[in-house]
Amino acid sequence: MIALSDYLIFGAVLFMISMAGIFLNRKNVIVLLMAIELLLLAVNTNLVAFSHYLNDVTGQIFVFFILTVAAAEAAIGLAIIVLVFRNRKSINVDDLGSLKG
Amino acid sequence: MTFEQFIFYLLATIATVAGLMMISVKNPVKAALWLVLAFISTAGIWIMAQAEFLGLVLILVYVGAVMVLFLFVVMMLDINMAILKEGFTKYLPLGAMAAIAIFALMYMVLGPEHFGLEVTGNPVIQPADYSNTVALAVPLYTQHAYAFVLAAVLLLLGIVAAIALTLRRRSTTEVLYQDIDKQNKTLAVDRFRMVKMEAVVEKDIVTKEEDDK
Repeated sequence: MIALSDYLIFGAVLFMISMAGIFLNRKNVIVLLMAIELLLLAVNTNLVAFSHYLNDVTGQIFVFFILTVAAAEAAIGLAIIVLVFRNRKSINVDDLGSLKG
Repeated sequence: MTFEQFIFYLLATIATVAGLMMISVKNPVKAALWLVLAFISTAGIWIMAQAEFLGLVLILVYVGAVMVLFLFVVMMLDINMAILKEGFTKYLPLGAMAAIAIFALMYMVLGPEHFGLEVTGNPVIQPADYSNTVALAVPLYTQHAYAFVLAAVLLLLGIVAAIALTLRRRSTTEVLYQDIDKQNKTLAVDRFRMVKMEAVVEKDIVTKEEDDK
């Protein structure tokens, strides 16, 4: 039998990896978006595991909605990247400082 | 170690290695393919947690649609590979430190002492005729129907936003556009001209027809 903590630690490991990815890939917005997808996957794994152990399907319904939001987010994010590349000829994060944020 | 545990740890190892490769390879196409591997093995873990529908949706929607979209965009953009990994080693200590700190904090909360089998007890094993899809669908269409409709509206918004952002008007020397306003305003007199002509019988044709007879 797989313990709940195994699922949760697996989710934590995925979360850790994707967070490190956001730190490390400062030159490529596409890999940043991919790291965000992996981050959402780690969170979803936690929800699925709790849903399994509590025998309550609501957690899985929540995952369903997160997947919907993530798909919409990926579509709009990629559209923005295409737009940025068309205007600046680069997707380097350091080149995108014109807002001075 | 039971067979179930062996499969779980195998899938978890594959997903972890794929995630590590995803954030460290240079080529974004390869990063996308590693992410696909991470998704597939995580889908296996979800199916082991008796979330069959979501595991299959993850493969169909994520691997089949979202990652293909990523690959399309990566291949559309002409990216300079050489500068992509600049600063990787510069940020590595900070990134690794933050990641390890986060993991340590999470382990303290989520570790076996709080969520081990002795604490949580065994999960309910569903019978063979249990349908995860039905169990998911019934509350989705009744209790959460409003949220479901909102999700549909959100996807529509995503479609409209993606198209509106990437749409561009090129100059009319490059492409010809259809102007429906202009088409509807056109009157018959603008494009149709009656010309008075004299009725002339073309001699040769008449004689030729007579010859045929």
